[in-house]
Amino acid sequence: MTNTSAPFKILLFGITKEIVGSSTIQLELSEPTVGALKAKLRSLYPDLGTLNYLAVAVNENYATDQQQLRLGDEIALIPPVSGG
Amino acid sequence: MLFDIQILETPLSVQDCTTFVTDESCGAIDVFIGTVRNQTKGKKVEYLDFEAYKSMAIKEMQKIAEATSAKWPVAKIAMHHRVGKLKLKELAVVIAISTPHRQASFEACKFCIDQLKETVPIWKKEVFEDGEVWVAAHP
Repeated sequence: MTNTSAPFKILLFGITKEIVGSSTIQLELSEPTVGALKAKLRSLYPDLGTLNYLAVAVNENYATDQQQLRLGDEIALIPPVSGG
Repeated sequence: MLFDIQILETPLSVQDCTTFVTDESCGAIDVFIGTVRNQTKGKKVEYLDFEAYKSMAIKEMQKIAEATSAKWPVAKIAMHHRVGKLKLKELAVVIAISTPHRQASFEACKFCIDQLKETVPIWKKEVFEDGEVWVAAHP
């Protein structure tokens, strides 16, 4: 049985880690989708809205806003990458 | 094994990469090396600090290697990326690719580094005398 109000744990890297002030965050979501997660994070941390873009990875793959989140998924915020 | 993909906290070795890709079916190896530059837009850089989402970065680099092999007749690919604090002139990334003839190795190597900069979850912070900035984060 799924409980959509249970907290989702999100990994943070780079500038998102600095904006949030932690390398992980736990959130409750009334609607467990990537889009809802981004909206909630932007409302909690308005500085996330100043980034060039903000992607989300679910289980180490880039996810669309429509993707459903399941408890136990490995979720990560991916700010603009700059390797190389 | 066709690909040698690594994220390392220790100095990179070009020799390790070229040795891995050397193959008797190939007459060409192209190597890209990304190094730490001393300035950005005229601001003096003291050092770079690289951070990776390591498990996903490895998977994304693997996808790039597979896409490259699908487009060009590649024998082997080595992609090594460094993380942590890097001083000026240190190697941040080394990509080596072997192909039967040179044209494909040039094109495939350029494709690899261009893709890496687009999709691989690695982040670079430039540290200046008077502050620091996560590269490409803001418009």
